[in-house]
Amino acid sequence: MENYEALVHSGFEGKPDVRDPKTLAWLIRRNGLEMTHLSRGSHIGSVLSVAEIIAVLYTSVLNVDPKEPNKPDRDRLILSKGHAGSAVYAALAETGFFPVEQLKTHYANGSILSGHVSHKGVPGVEVSTGSLGHGLGVGVGMALGAKMDAATWRTYVVLGDGECDEGSVWESALQAAQYRLSRLIAVVDYNHMQSLTTVEDTLKLEPFEQKWKDFGWNAVSVDGHDTEALQKAFAWAKDNAGSRKPSVILAHTVKGKGISFMENNILWHYRTPQGEEYDAALKELEAIRP
Amino acid sequence: MRDAFARVLEEEMAQNRRIVLITGDLGFGVLRRIHERFPDRLINAGIAEQGMVSMAAGLASTGRTVLVYSIGNFPVLRPLEQIRNDCVYHKVDVKIVCVGGGFVYGSLGMSHHATEDMAIMRAIPEMICYTPGDPAETEAVTHDMIWRRGTCYLRLGRGGEPKVHEGPVKGWSFPKAITLRGGKDIAILSCGGILTQAVEAAERLAEKGISARVVSFPCLKPLDGDMVRELLGSFRKIITVEEHTIIGGFGGAVCEMAAETGSGCRVKRIGLDDCFTTVVGDRQYLREVYGMDGKAIAEKAEAFLKE
Repeated sequence: MENYEALVHSGFEGKPDVRDPKTLAWLIRRNGLEMTHLSRGSHIGSVLSVAEIIAVLYTSVLNVDPKEPNKPDRDRLILSKGHAGSAVYAALAETGFFPVEQLKTHYANGSILSGHVSHKGVPGVEVSTGSLGHGLGVGVGMALGAKMDAATWRTYVVLGDGECDEGSVWESALQAAQYRLSRLIAVVDYNHMQSLTTVEDTLKLEPFEQKWKDFGWNAVSVDGHDTEALQKAFAWAKDNAGSRKPSVILAHTVKGKGISFMENNILWHYRTPQGEEYDAALKELEAIRP
Repeated sequence: MRDAFARVLEEEMAQNRRIVLITGDLGFGVLRRIHERFPDRLINAGIAEQGMVSMAAGLASTGRTVLVYSIGNFPVLRPLEQIRNDCVYHKVDVKIVCVGGGFVYGSLGMSHHATEDMAIMRAIPEMICYTPGDPAETEAVTHDMIWRRGTCYLRLGRGGEPKVHEGPVKGWSFPKAITLRGGKDIAILSCGGILTQAVEAAERLAEKGISARVVSFPCLKPLDGDMVRELLGSFRKIITVEEHTIIGGFGGAVCEMAAETGSGCRVKRIGLDDCFTTVVGDRQYLREVYGMDGKAIAEKAEAFLKE
């Protein structure tokens, strides 16, 4: 590969405007496709479902600075569904935390960009995850620390819906409510599918919004591919600081969103896009370029 | 040991506002003074150990030293992955404190017998494991642990244990083993609260004219390699004692070193064989049943010398 960045940015006039959530979401999809293609990696379905959530966070919500990734008052983001790590890597690279060119090493021998998101040597990543059910608990600790310091930064945790099978998620949900962590904001990428089949046919989560409310949280459901709706939901969650409750956004999404033959198809939790499928996916993405 | 730990922690918390203690809904009496003096820095995580340890990692990432307190297997086995991934891998200053290592809660049954914790904690890369043998050693290692960076494991006994050291352990430096008694015929290497039995065994052996050196290892990992190599070079036979399975813990660690040094010194491990406990009873009773009380250690040492 001569120039990875030129490849994923081809078709844009000049540099793409990564401050625009729709553009960043598209770039997350484009990079996600390229990274899983090059690495013969998996989890493209999850990357496509979480794209707008991550894009809105990095364009419109998080107080983070690529020039000073460890500034003390930064907001913290934990990708608890670590298998969608390439979405976060893509967002970080596209917004200047590290070179876009580095994304081509994802999954490769000797790379620091592991399949599940890793913080070691990767500017902007706070926590390494991969085993599900850890991120919310770590977020509870961060939010508790901020509260003890009377700091104003927030902690954001992105969870998967299948991840909510883990009992530890609900331990942390109780603890967050108990400690009144109103600056803790969780987002569930609710794509209704998990590893083998649908959420409904695995362990039902509905009534999901009510569950979170019953656990002492503010909860709201939105279309997780509608960037304006997500922006409003995050604004709502931020405004909840006075409620003395943590907040969760249930972002209804489609696994594989944006590539028709991947949408709602369990195959694409693990399958890697190669050959004609890669070409077809690329063509579909080109058709929805912002 | 438990009380020595609480006393040192209270002292350190008074000096340093960045120390926080999280309890898994246990330690009512022991932590009472800390609760009274530092109510904002004692957090009850409820009976939710996985959330507790993840929370500790996140809290430590905000520039704090966080101690996690529970009993027996609860802060070790249930949140094992949270310890490995969230704490140790992220190099956060979380200190996992287990009260009730070994048979301390003997009458409560198998669930409360912490007899694999040392092997499991030792296997985690970069994990530091403290295993004090009496209240004086507990004081020394607790101070050390609170100031040491990174994730650590502290295995304590219970309250009201006899002192083995006459006074405080002066000048202890991490991770040194401590010789309690000189001897030339055999060495008894002890790890953790079983130390009283190792000393008793040496006294019994002395009555039979056998001179046994007793060495306590208040730090299981890193193991004091200089001391182990010296003992392997000075004795033909040594015995390891632990209130723990003989697989992969202290005896295992000494054997690994013995095999690599090739000194020719033989090692006999005393502890729990590859079995679950099948009866309950107080700590001393279970030590007797499972052959690790002072009398049994002395008898095994004597037989070992005759082999």
